Amino acid sequence: MSTAKATLSALRQRIAAIEATAEGAGDGLAVAGPGRIALDRDQVDAALGGGLVRGALHEIHAATGADNIAASGFSLALALAAAPAGRPIVWVRQDYAAQEGGGLHGDGLAALGLDPAALILVKLRDPLAVLRAGGEAARCGALGAVIVEPWGEPKALDLTVQRRFQLAAEASGVTVFLLRPGARPKPDGAETRWQVASGPAAPLAMNAPGHPTFDLTLLRHRHGPPGGPWRVEWNRDAKLFKPPALLRDPAAVPRLEPAAPPAERALFRLAG
Amino acid sequence: MPAEQPLVIVEKAKGALVIAAPDAAAIDLGLAPGLSLAEARARLSDLVVAEHDPAADDALVEAIADWCDRYTPLVARHGARGLMLDITGVAHLFKGEAALLDDLLTRLDGLGLTAFGAIAGAPATARALARSPRRTVVEPGREASAVRPLPITALGLDPARLQALARAGLKTVGDLIDRPRAPLAARFGADCVERLERLAGISEHPISPRRPVPVALAERIFFQPIALASDIEATLARLAADVASLLETRGEGGRSFEASFYRVDGDVRRITVATARPNRAPKAIARLFHEKLDALSDPLEAGFGFDLIRLGAFRTEPFVAAQASLDGHALDDEAVADLVDRLGARFGPERVLGFVPEDTHIPERRTRMVPVFTLGGEGRASWDELPAAGEPPLRPLSLFDPPEPVEALGEVPDGPPLSFRWRRVLHQVARAEGPERIAPEWWRDGAGGLDRDYFRVEDRKGCRFWLYREGFYAADRPQPRWFLHGLFA
Repeated sequence: MSTAKATLSALRQRIAAIEATAEGAGDGLAVAGPGRIALDRDQVDAALGGGLVRGALHEIHAATGADNIAASGFSLALALAAAPAGRPIVWVRQDYAAQEGGGLHGDGLAALGLDPAALILVKLRDPLAVLRAGGEAARCGALGAVIVEPWGEPKALDLTVQRRFQLAAEASGVTVFLLRPGARPKPDGAETRWQVASGPAAPLAMNAPGHPTFDLTLLRHRHGPPGGPWRVEWNRDAKLFKPPALLRDPAAVPRLEPAAPPAERALFRLAG
Repeated sequence: MPAEQPLVIVEKAKGALVIAAPDAAAIDLGLAPGLSLAEARARLSDLVVAEHDPAADDALVEAIADWCDRYTPLVARHGARGLMLDITGVAHLFKGEAALLDDLLTRLDGLGLTAFGAIAGAPATARALARSPRRTVVEPGREASAVRPLPITALGLDPARLQALARAGLKTVGDLIDRPRAPLAARFGADCVERLERLAGISEHPISPRRPVPVALAERIFFQPIALASDIEATLARLAADVASLLETRGEGGRSFEASFYRVDGDVRRITVATARPNRAPKAIARLFHEKLDALSDPLEAGFGFDLIRLGAFRTEPFVAAQASLDGHALDDEAVADLVDRLGARFGPERVLGFVPEDTHIPERRTRMVPVFTLGGEGRASWDELPAAGEPPLRPLSLFDPPEPVEALGEVPDGPPLSFRWRRVLHQVARAEGPERIAPEWWRDGAGGLDRDYFRVEDRKGCRFWLYREGFYAADRPQPRWFLHGLFA
């Protein structure tokens, strides 16, 4: 990388750091402390005691099979919130996940706020290899974040492996997200454990589907009580979760959840 | 082994079985290549016959050629059974040319192979002389006199011209060598003269080695063969340091490295690793080999051990030493490149992928996955189309390829579906946006492709999908089909 580019990104990082503290200090509710990742500067951060712990293992489950994509999107959003500017994200994915839920799409990654050029995708056949590659990546301090996605409940993924992830993350400072499609939440060694479902998005004009919206439940939190559920919307531009527009903008409420039965709505749309 | 029984190898020629190669006992009894098997059987009743297997022969010669790498990296195949070794500058490692030849032929003999060899300043000379078991070593400049006594068949000409030469009374190479070239060329062809000059070492004819020659090479020879994995890795680490210092003097770094393991019984194993950027850090190189060796399900099969291990850098590029910038960014890039190399060495480079945008609107062609190490660490361009601020995701996070067919019910022909069934689950559509029409690329796929109308829909539960209808509803056309192409987060 040219020196000019490097200098620029260094300055950007500094500005981002200054902004983060300034913004956090403003509302006073939930300041993302040192070593914490600000998620929404609101209820979620407060429940986490000031943000998600950086350099730790966080586990993400989907509420149902249909929510695997939401879990993927949520993991990616967390990774984006965690990654300092200019640092690549490594996503280690078991091939079966792509067979089941589709392959990652470059434009779709960009739509969530990740420059696909900054993503290294490691596609592996068996879960053991996924865990191994994930462990290797977790030890590399130059990464922004690591997403490890084995499918189901492989035998190899036990407490020891999770402990190893946690230690590697602590040592390198890289935040590791263990994405668990097809697995049921179990007590384990992660810093936090989340359950994610797709939430109905606040609609846009013309009843168009809106921004990515997640229903979050904090199933486990090592340093505090579990929390949730929260409904949050991912804001790509601020790299923060926000309450859905429904709560932000009361004007949108009547349009959001019409009490009318679907047939009537269909008629309405037909007329329009 | 019943050595008394003559053995012949037969092959099919013009519908008949013909002797391809008789063994020594068979030759003693008067059998020659080209004789039909029926006739040979008539002469000798206790003949042992085996079928000719050219592929196995070829594999054997290849294996021997691999083994010959221990003498010089410049080994070329010559004809079906010949090997040409360029030993320029390596003979002193074996205490001279004669000693090298002795060593090579004795070892081959030990492996149960019959081999002849000769050393000369020109490949054609050596090749002609190698046909005798005398182990000739021709001194530099004496090639012409060395080939003098050879018969003209040593020229390797076609039978017709050999006969023409013989008719003219020219029996040996010596007869030809002193004659003026122009009349020879006029009568027997320019080819004849050229062959003669090559044979006499007058004109140069380089050999083309069968394997690329390493830019930097280091090796360790063991008197006591080693077989332990830890020993092998320690050796590789030392070799990596040697190669790194060689590369350093050249101001280069290697992009691909190959370790060759020469087993005592002549077998050669090779392991290659590639790096994302020019590298010459011994630790990093040794670690790549460690990953690779560790990942092999059946590691090197050391057998009785390796007596020679060699490490070469094959592809090199100018090396720019990383300079720690103020924020340590360059070092970070390096650390990431190292990680990519390690993952690539263990799981295969084709499994460590980066995203490259393609200039197309067809979603399934839009993202190209390319091994990260081919992208190079430097200046990876960002994605070409980043979304505008405040825009919702217009493209799904995950894409099905091929798209999955769904049953959809629409209210108006061109509108979004009201409900659809995907993987046996019925989804009621709550919100939709569309259509966004994407036309097929007729310049790539030819005419006749159907337009696709894409819809972003959200079901009652809050899951978001990307559906499309292929074609449109029309009286004279079949019903258009619906597909689910992707999922939004």
